[in-house]
Amino acid sequence: MAANTAHHEDVHETTEELWSGGKQPFKASYGKLMMWYFLVSDAFTFAGFLIAYGALRFSSPTWPVPDFVFSTAPFGIHGAPLIFVTFMSFLLILSSVTMVRAVQEGHRENQRGVVFWMFLTVIGGAGFLACQAWEWNNLITKECMTVTRNPFGTHTDTGVYLNADGSRSSAADDAFKPGMGYLIHHAHLDDHGGGHGDHEMTAEETFLAAANAKIASSNVDMENIPEAGLDFAGFRLNEEGFIQRKFITDAGVAAAQENGPKAFGALFFFITGFHGFHVLSGVVFLIIIMLNAGGGLYAARKNGYEMVEKIGLYWHFVDLVWVFVFLVFYLL
Amino acid sequence: MGHHSYEESKKLVWKGCAVLGAVTLVEVFVSLLQKGHVISGLEDVSAVVIAAAVVIGVLSIYKAYYIIYNFMHMAHEVPGLRMSVLLPTALLIWGMIAFFQEGASWGERRELIKEKNEVSSEDAIKPQGMLLKKIETEKLQ
Repeated sequence: MAANTAHHEDVHETTEELWSGGKQPFKASYGKLMMWYFLVSDAFTFAGFLIAYGALRFSSPTWPVPDFVFSTAPFGIHGAPLIFVTFMSFLLILSSVTMVRAVQEGHRENQRGVVFWMFLTVIGGAGFLACQAWEWNNLITKECMTVTRNPFGTHTDTGVYLNADGSRSSAADDAFKPGMGYLIHHAHLDDHGGGHGDHEMTAEETFLAAANAKIASSNVDMENIPEAGLDFAGFRLNEEGFIQRKFITDAGVAAAQENGPKAFGALFFFITGFHGFHVLSGVVFLIIIMLNAGGGLYAARKNGYEMVEKIGLYWHFVDLVWVFVFLVFYLL
Repeated sequence: MGHHSYEESKKLVWKGCAVLGAVTLVEVFVSLLQKGHVISGLEDVSAVVIAAAVVIGVLSIYKAYYIIYNFMHMAHEVPGLRMSVLLPTALLIWGMIAFFQEGASWGERRELIKEKNEVSSEDAIKPQGMLLKKIETEKLQ
């Protein structure tokens, strides 16, 4: 190993020479070493968040099922579990690969190569951020999840839903078993169930259309729903205007859908947001360093584009954190 | 850096890309298998669920190792740097054991409180133990 031969030379140096300064104890420049230690501290911050997520998940009798929560993608794709986040993971992996190429070109002092590969890295990072923006927007505006509200619940029993008129549903999709997830929808008074056009309505869409029609015909003042909510034959309308579907378990217990564990929303937005903020600041630094490299600043330093290597370390770390965010939020 | 020729290291980068991509695909496949999307009914077999979680966890750690050692060139750093960065993260093992156990304990207590809340007031005030014995002996006298 190169490191070992270098070490041998050190042995012949006197103590005085070692203390005279200008020596790199770890054979790495000050900047690179400090980047490593910054990343260690950042790793502990992320680990703290992810362990908190694990502790809260273990403390909860149910937890939103990720393959159900994350099953939508752009262009109207539904029921495609984990496909979109897998695409996001690939974007980050690819941008990590182009970053390695930029560092390699830097070692060869190839200015054009550095700028080219850094540019591709920026595109990958920006693409990831765009995907995350879409995902957040979908969760917040379409599925009504916020930091304090989690409409994704999980069944703990076997049973069957009621129709909007209170009768027992006979649709196969309306039967459920423990571990199956559900999403509590907000009432849409403008939805009359006709606008789905090209595809056959699912059991849930049929129910929602009927429930929305019932709410509309009973002239509910959506701004002033009583605190206890309003009771309908096949569902409850809660204070915030959400339709909580009623069901009967096989044991004969009648109940209505409840919101899932509240902590899920806060943990999701905070942890993926903190990671997304790292990606955002990474993209900003990549752009600055790319422009500097293009302007010849690092070529003049004649140190093998060390600045590119340092931002490269940071960028790979962002990819590394995503491996674990992906693991705990989406895969498990 | 500098053990491989330029052409060799270029090839290694694309190999890394293929490795990380393939491992990610396997992870997603195992996760879908665990949730019963590939073979329905598998999500109810707890041995499969646990085994799949372990496999996904190990693969994620492998990806982390691959990124740190090959992309961040940790393999080429001196042992002192390597250890000073990697060893502190061993603390997280204890962190995980402690906090996950604590979380599970919160969950148990929550269940216990729920159970106690469901006990009807009549059952709750029924005399028990010593008190019951005392009432019974008083009755006899």
